[in-house]
Amino acid sequence: MDGTIITPVVAPTPAEGALPAPGVLRRVLGHPGLVAGMVLLGLCVAMALLAPLLAPYDPYAQDLNQRLIPPVWFEKGSWAHPLGTDNLGRDYLARTLYGARISLLIGLSAMLISGLIGTTLGLVAGYLGGRVDLFVNFIITARLAMPVVLVALAVVAMIGGSLLVVILTLGLLKWDRFAVVMRSATMQVRALDYVAAAEAAGASRLRVLAGEILPNVFPHLIVVATVEAGSAILEAALSFLGLGVQPPLPSWGLMIAEAKSFMFFSFWLIAIPGTALAALVLGINMVGDGLRDVFAPEGRA
Amino acid sequence: MLAYAAKRLALAILVALFVSAVAFALLRLSGDPALAIAGEGARQADIELVRKTYGLDRPLIVQYLDWLCTIARGDLGQSLYFRTDVSGLVADKLPVTFWIGGLSILFALALSIPLGVLAAVFAGTSIDRAALAIAVVGQALPTFFFALVLMMLFSINLRWLPVSGSDTWAHFVMPTIALGYYVTPPMMRLVRAGMIEVLGSDYIRTARAKGLSGTSVVFKHGLRNAVVPVVALAAVQLGYLLGGSIVIETIFALDGLGYLAYQSITHKDFPVTQAVLLLLSLIYVLLTLAADLLNAFLDPRIRVS
Repeated sequence: MDGTIITPVVAPTPAEGALPAPGVLRRVLGHPGLVAGMVLLGLCVAMALLAPLLAPYDPYAQDLNQRLIPPVWFEKGSWAHPLGTDNLGRDYLARTLYGARISLLIGLSAMLISGLIGTTLGLVAGYLGGRVDLFVNFIITARLAMPVVLVALAVVAMIGGSLLVVILTLGLLKWDRFAVVMRSATMQVRALDYVAAAEAAGASRLRVLAGEILPNVFPHLIVVATVEAGSAILEAALSFLGLGVQPPLPSWGLMIAEAKSFMFFSFWLIAIPGTALAALVLGINMVGDGLRDVFAPEGRA
Repeated sequence: MLAYAAKRLALAILVALFVSAVAFALLRLSGDPALAIAGEGARQADIELVRKTYGLDRPLIVQYLDWLCTIARGDLGQSLYFRTDVSGLVADKLPVTFWIGGLSILFALALSIPLGVLAAVFAGTSIDRAALAIAVVGQALPTFFFALVLMMLFSINLRWLPVSGSDTWAHFVMPTIALGYYVTPPMMRLVRAGMIEVLGSDYIRTARAKGLSGTSVVFKHGLRNAVVPVVALAAVQLGYLLGGSIVIETIFALDGLGYLAYQSITHKDFPVTQAVLLLLSLIYVLLTLAADLLNAFLDPRIRVS
């Protein structure tokens, strides 16, 4: 895949092979899609970190006299509430900013849990091969057969929705991509000479896995981890269906669900958190695609 | 080929058994079945009696095998909320979900093949980048948000399409677009990658050297070879679609399996949830089995490794 993904204005980068061993930084900056993705993702992270400073109001504070005020670019909008207010009179800018925290927190935590499970399974299967590999392959196939949304909804309905339950459910369900990619990457690395050399030198299996294989499949791990942070989109879907994060938390999916009954007259209530969510996932995907081009070009589709 | 098929079939059967065990566990974890049958406020002695009568005091593995035999006969139990037998309920909703899944896959193929071919033929140009932009945006758009935007545009502003329901073909237009667009990006990327590889191969150069026209080379010689893995991927994506249809069917109140699953979960009607989980998983297992066998049949290299 060519490096340039979305910004059509910028000229395509020259073929990677033509550059004389360029530095990583130069390759990153020479990849417009990656740079654009990092800017988008950086904006979302800044929103999350700086929410207390940027938010003009408390995201939970209700003011029933100030309900459903449109954003400032509408005729009836005002700078008092730049993005308007929701049906309970809560400031929508504050809720959108704090919503970034929830999306990123869930995306990152679920990614860490699933990354730990999937990477372990993939590394062990790829390195040991044989029956272990058959077993892991079976587990992956079985996991893929079950629809994530359905299982997650059922589990949350049984246990009850909360931030922790959503994180654990998604983390325990979404490890399949880590396992698949780590397994095939490990298989490629295992066949290389330096692994055989380490084994001949008497290194233990654990030592070979941690010292020789893991560092060499790390680029693939980074790429998958980036893309999997997009699990935030699943949290939003669960919360949208009422079986995820519970009110009054300002989750973007929950905000869209709460706005659904007002969508005919106040569509901005859906458009604002929806755009924020799409921008976050777009940023994550563009960074993932870009990192794949820069760090693991042989693995790209 | 036969050895490969036998191995692949064995895996499919094992996976199906595993999934059925998960579905069985789901129902058991959701609460004591004896209590559910005896009803709220039943005396301890009555609950014990129910447990004995229904064989719920036997070891779990025996109960599981017994349950497997029951569902093999097509008996999926009773719905607690809808008060009918689950098999009839599920059979009732299945066609809607099949329609929406099939239409979405067709929509995705109709979008991804031309876009992928265009992107490959004009690789590196702004046409290529525009096609990729469509894919990247498609992957980032949350389906439920996209569905609501479509609803706002086509139902409320333009008044072309009904908001929700599943009575006429018009009810299927927006769900098809919302679900189909969601699975388009990976298929488009695969068409593009496959076409670039094929167009760079020797036999295409030969075809061009023979003096065949550009379109004939691209479509007759190129696409035919690049499209095979896409068909296999489409089968797998159809499985994903059926899972993703829960969100879309719920938004558009399409009366299919996904909406049924959502209703059963919100009403804690777990026998129905169990049946939908089982059914969707089995469909996925069958689809991936068919895709793998098709791939192996068309590409001998897969069979050997």
